[in-house]
Order: sequence, then C-alpha cells, then structure tokens
Amino acid sequence: MDIARIIQIILFIAVAGGGGFIAFKKFMEIRVNILRGKEVEFDPADNGQRWKNMFMIAFGQKKMFKNWIPAVLHLFIYVAFLFTQIELLEIIIDGITGSHRAIWHVLEGSFLGGLYTLIINFIEILSVLAFVATIIFLVRRNLLKIPRFVKPEMKGWPKLDGNIILYLEICLLIGVFCMNVGDKALQAKGVYHETGTFLISGAFANLFTGWSTTALMIMERFGWWFHFCVVIAFLNYLPYSKHLHILLAFPNTFFASLKPKGEIANMPAITKEIKLMMDPNPPAEEPADEGEPAGFGAKDIEDFGWPTLLSAYSCTECGRCTANCPANQTDKKLSPRAIVMAVRDRAEEKGKNEKEKGKEFDDGKSLFDYISKEEINACTTCNACVEECPININPLSMIIELRRYKIMEEADSTEEWNLMFNNTENNGAVWQFNPSDRAKWVNEMES
Amino acid sequence: MSTQVPLMSEMAAAGKDVEILFWVGCAGSFDQRAQLVTKAFVKILNKLEISFAILGEEESCTGDPARRAGNEFLFQMMAIQNIEVLNMYEVKKIVTACPHCFNTLKNEYPPLGGNFEVIHHSTYLQTLIDEGKIKLKGGGAYKGKKITYHDSCYLGRANNIYEAPRKVLELLDAELVEMKRCKTKGLCCGAGGAQMFKEEEEGGIRVNQERTKDVLESKAKIVAAACPFCNTMLTDGIKGEEKQDEIKVKDIAELIEESML
Repeated sequence: MDIARIIQIILFIAVAGGGGFIAFKKFMEIRVNILRGKEVEFDPADNGQRWKNMFMIAFGQKKMFKNWIPAVLHLFIYVAFLFTQIELLEIIIDGITGSHRAIWHVLEGSFLGGLYTLIINFIEILSVLAFVATIIFLVRRNLLKIPRFVKPEMKGWPKLDGNIILYLEICLLIGVFCMNVGDKALQAKGVYHETGTFLISGAFANLFTGWSTTALMIMERFGWWFHFCVVIAFLNYLPYSKHLHILLAFPNTFFASLKPKGEIANMPAITKEIKLMMDPNPPAEEPADEGEPAGFGAKDIEDFGWPTLLSAYSCTECGRCTANCPANQTDKKLSPRAIVMAVRDRAEEKGKNEKEKGKEFDDGKSLFDYISKEEINACTTCNACVEECPININPLSMIIELRRYKIMEEADSTEEWNLMFNNTENNGAVWQFNPSDRAKWVNEMES
Repeated sequence: MSTQVPLMSEMAAAGKDVEILFWVGCAGSFDQRAQLVTKAFVKILNKLEISFAILGEEESCTGDPARRAGNEFLFQMMAIQNIEVLNMYEVKKIVTACPHCFNTLKNEYPPLGGNFEVIHHSTYLQTLIDEGKIKLKGGGAYKGKKITYHDSCYLGRANNIYEAPRKVLELLDAELVEMKRCKTKGLCCGAGGAQMFKEEEEGGIRVNQERTKDVLESKAKIVAAACPFCNTMLTDGIKGEEKQDEIKVKDIAELIEESML
C-alpha cells in the first residue's frame, strides 16, 4: 500500500471518528434534555399500532400527502437521502480499508452482478430530482415567500437554518456527482475498473475526457472527500437545527398519543384529591405521601412528559400547524409552531445552563418568558394543528398544560372565564341560570 | 301528538327501562337558539316513539369548557358528579346534540369511571335513516336547495365523524356544497377551547367572520351545523355580514324534523 493511501486512511478515520464523536456528544446532550421531562407509561399492547404509525407516517410520509406539491418534492429529497446511505456506506468502507468502490467488488463477484450499476443509477436519478426539489424549496422560501415560511417566529436563525440545510443538500449532491463523473471519466481512460453505465454521471463524463488523468483524479477525490466532509458537517449541524426531524420523526411518530384527538389527558393526582374531598367518610389516616407534591400543569420543560420534549426537538418548523390555526389565520398572536419552538429553545437553554453553571443553577426563568398568556388563551382547541402535523406533534397538549399552570397554580385567569367557572360550579351550567330551570324548555313544548 | 319528555328520575321510580338518555347540555337547555334544536330532536324521538329520558335538574355541565380553559379541578368535580348520577341510573347509552358534551362523555369520562355508549345525534340520526325509520315528506322543504355543512371540530378532527352528518343531509335531496375548508381542513367557528365564554384575543378579525367568508363563497342558502356553539358563531357571523335574511343556520336535527312525515 502506498504512503498516499495510508495517509488518506488515517485522515479519513480522523475525520470520521472526530466528527462522529463531537456529534455523538451533542446528541447525548439532547437525550439528557429530552429526559428532563416526566416519566410516561406506555402500554406494551399498543406497540403494534405504534410501529404501524411510525411505518406509515414517518417512513411512509402518509400525512405529507395532504399537500401534494411539497409532498412530492419532499419525497424526492427523502428517498434520495435514504438510498444515498448505500453510497455513504461504500465511502466509509473505502475510507477505512483503502479500497475503491468496495460494494461493486462484493456484488460483482456474486450472483448480484449488475445490481450495483442499477443502485447507483437509481441514486443518481433521485439525486437529480432532489437537486431540482432543493432549488424549488429555496425559491419557495426566499422568492415566493410562502406565508408559512415568513411568519414572525421564522425571522433570523430559523430562516437561515432552513436555507443552510438546503445549501448543504446541494453541497452533498455536488460531491456525489463530482465523484461519479470523475470516476466515469477515469473508467473511460482505463484507470479505474468499469462499473457499468451511469446514466447521468456517464453523460457528464464525456465532457471531461479531455482532462488529464491527474486532474480527473483530483476531481474524483475532491468529490469523494467533499461529500464525506459535508456528511460529517451535516451530522454535527443536525442537533442544532430544525433538520433534526430526519432522525427524530421516527421515534416521535412511535411515541405520539394514540387517543382520539378530542381527548385531553386526565390528571389522576386531581382525581384522588376530589374523591377524598367528596368522600363523606374520609379515611382516618392520610394516605402515604408520595414524595414532593407535583405542581399542576406546565411552567417549565420538566413539567411535560418526555415525549412532549422529544416532539419539540422533532419539529422541522414547516408551519403547517400555524397555517391552519384559526387563531393565527385571524391574526391573533398564537402560532402553534412558535409554542413548539419555544419548548425546544427552553430545553436547550436549560441544558446550556446546566453545562455552564452546574445542576443547581436556577436562571429564574420559565416557559412563560417565551410564551405569553395572550398566545395560549387564543387557542380554540380545534385540533387543526394536531391534524396537520406531518409527524404527529401535538402543540395543543402543550397549550393545555400551560393553561393548567396559569389557572391552577397562579389563578391567572380572565374575568370572563372566572365567571364561567363560578357558574359551572354553582349552577351546574356555563351561564348564570338557575339549575331548576334546566328542563324549562319541556314546559314550553307541552304548552 | 303530545310531547313526551320523561325524566330519568320518574322512569326509575316507575321501574321503567329507557333505551337512551338524551343528554341536553347547557346550550340545549338554556340557550334560546339551541333550545329549538333540543325541541326538534325531541320531536323526532317522539315521532319515532323511541324510549328516552332526560336528567333534567340532575344534569350538570360536563366540564368541557372548564377543562379546556385549564381548570382541571372544576372539570373533574363536574365529571365525577355527573358520572355518579349516570351510574346511579345505570345509564348504558347516551345521545347528545352537542359535540362538546359528546367528546367529553365519550372520551374523558371513562378514565374517571364513567363508561357509556355515547352517540352524537348526527350519528344517531344516520342510524335511524339507515334503518329506514325516518321518512321525509315527498318534495321536502329543502329539495334542490343549496346546503353546506360546517364541520364541528369536536366531531370532525376530534372524533373523526365527517360522514354521518353529511349522510343525514343527503336524505333532504338538497344540493350539498362543500366550503373550501372542510372535513379535516374545516375551519373552526371560534367557540371551542372555552373561547365561547370570553372575548377573543386581539387580532385582525374574529374567527367566525373568517368562517363566514367561506359560507358566503359557497353560495349556500342554508348552513347546516351539528353543534350549538358553531350555530351561534355562524349565526352571528352571518348577521355581521347582514346576510341573515338570505342565509340561515340550521341544525341537522331541525332540517330533518321539518321535513319528516
């Protein structure tokens, strides 16, 4: 093995190992942040349905197809991403062993000869489609300014984040094509072994036959290294980006609630208190105290169940929730996406505080430094946001928990709601009517 | 035909079984507009000689608005009281004309010990139609008229009931048109989540005004609702556009009752 090849192997392992390690550390930090949420019990009997949801909604993109234009464009990028993993696997094998197109060698020697050419062609065609889709996505975000991409919460970093991902995707595609075009041109010169016809890179390779072998080798190596370095950069970028959804959409669709959307989660702690209160013969002894009494509702991220925090990290800020929110459509301050983004931002802030200032540090802040009462009080609980989310995030459940905190811990209601509460409690009706008049309409019918 | 609206307590005292409990709800009991829907539904039940009863004074708010506003204590107090009453009468089957009561009774009472078969009146009417029990007058009042159906969030997205109310309307032989935002994309009327009981937060226009735009665009002369709160919101929205003489908001029970033999 020549020196250049050995240096390349060492460099590759350094980049892959170093880059992978830094990314892994950040992913572990996110895991810790998510697990700051409360423990949640899952019924193993639901697992079948949960796997099915993950398969249909995350893997199968079922809910994306409510809007078919972005769905098809997204599908190109998604499928290209999935299949490019085969090429990435080959890059990793080649990088570590110093081989060249290892998978071709393996397949060519077997009964699967020709499969390699088929796979690469498939990836190349998908890559062109993904390239077109990426350009259209950039146009939709920056030139057409599709309303959901230019809402207030998308100013600054979220907007830049969206564009960076698209630029990185273009970089990945440039890398793959440089590599394959260079390779095909070198194959034509007899430098590399023939791997069959690559429809797209083969056609482009014809433009480069005039180049010297050295120039083509540089082009091929540049493409190979560039693609891999962008992959590593991407991996390190993911945990800071909305693009984390490419990974977390899968667990999120698995852990998302299976209950009817109309059902708001019960609070068993309150049931216990009310049953005690209403019991004419309360038990003589106080039931054993189960540790510190938990507060009601959510003031900060620890008050949510961990799957809620997972869902906040899974959000890719597409804004379908906000675009379909009746409050947002009538220019109220509420945007369900902004709620989800705030939960993630607060989780990140908590993680950062702990890392920099220790576990005991309290910054005196809460989710209400991110989310106002005006926002949560504008919700009609219509479930449009829940229905729309392509990966089953539930902004409504977050809003309800925040409302619970405001009402039950801070008694921070509105006058009108207080009146409704009083009527409900005293008259058994939401309005101020005498309970004995509840069936008065019957008399009107009979007369 | 005389009106029969027996109370559950009377029926129990007389040792008589009832087939269904009609849960009237606060709107159906006290709101003047919703009372008309209650009466229409009772007339249908009476015409078909279906055995039912109401709780009367023993019925209380299900707690839906309290829970959605964040007052879980109050919700559970109401729920537990109601469940006690319902269990005392050994109620098996509940029908209600309010999607909010429907959702709460059906989905939110079981974890608190209230297990009943809960049916919204749209589904109930559809069953009666399917069984051939509801027969309409020839050339009914709504034949050929443009009707649009407004999806209630608590039937549609909350409980996946989109078809039953539409099936009921089909019987009218009217021209059913859809608004541009319908079914899973149906726009809320603005009342849910306890908004009915407070001023809207600051913003551009009211949600019901936004929804009224869809109504006007559909060119329908009748908006069919299946929820007392949607009914109020849409009626107000249409009044706001001064179209109340041209466009009427009707509950599906009213449309059926008016056309029945």
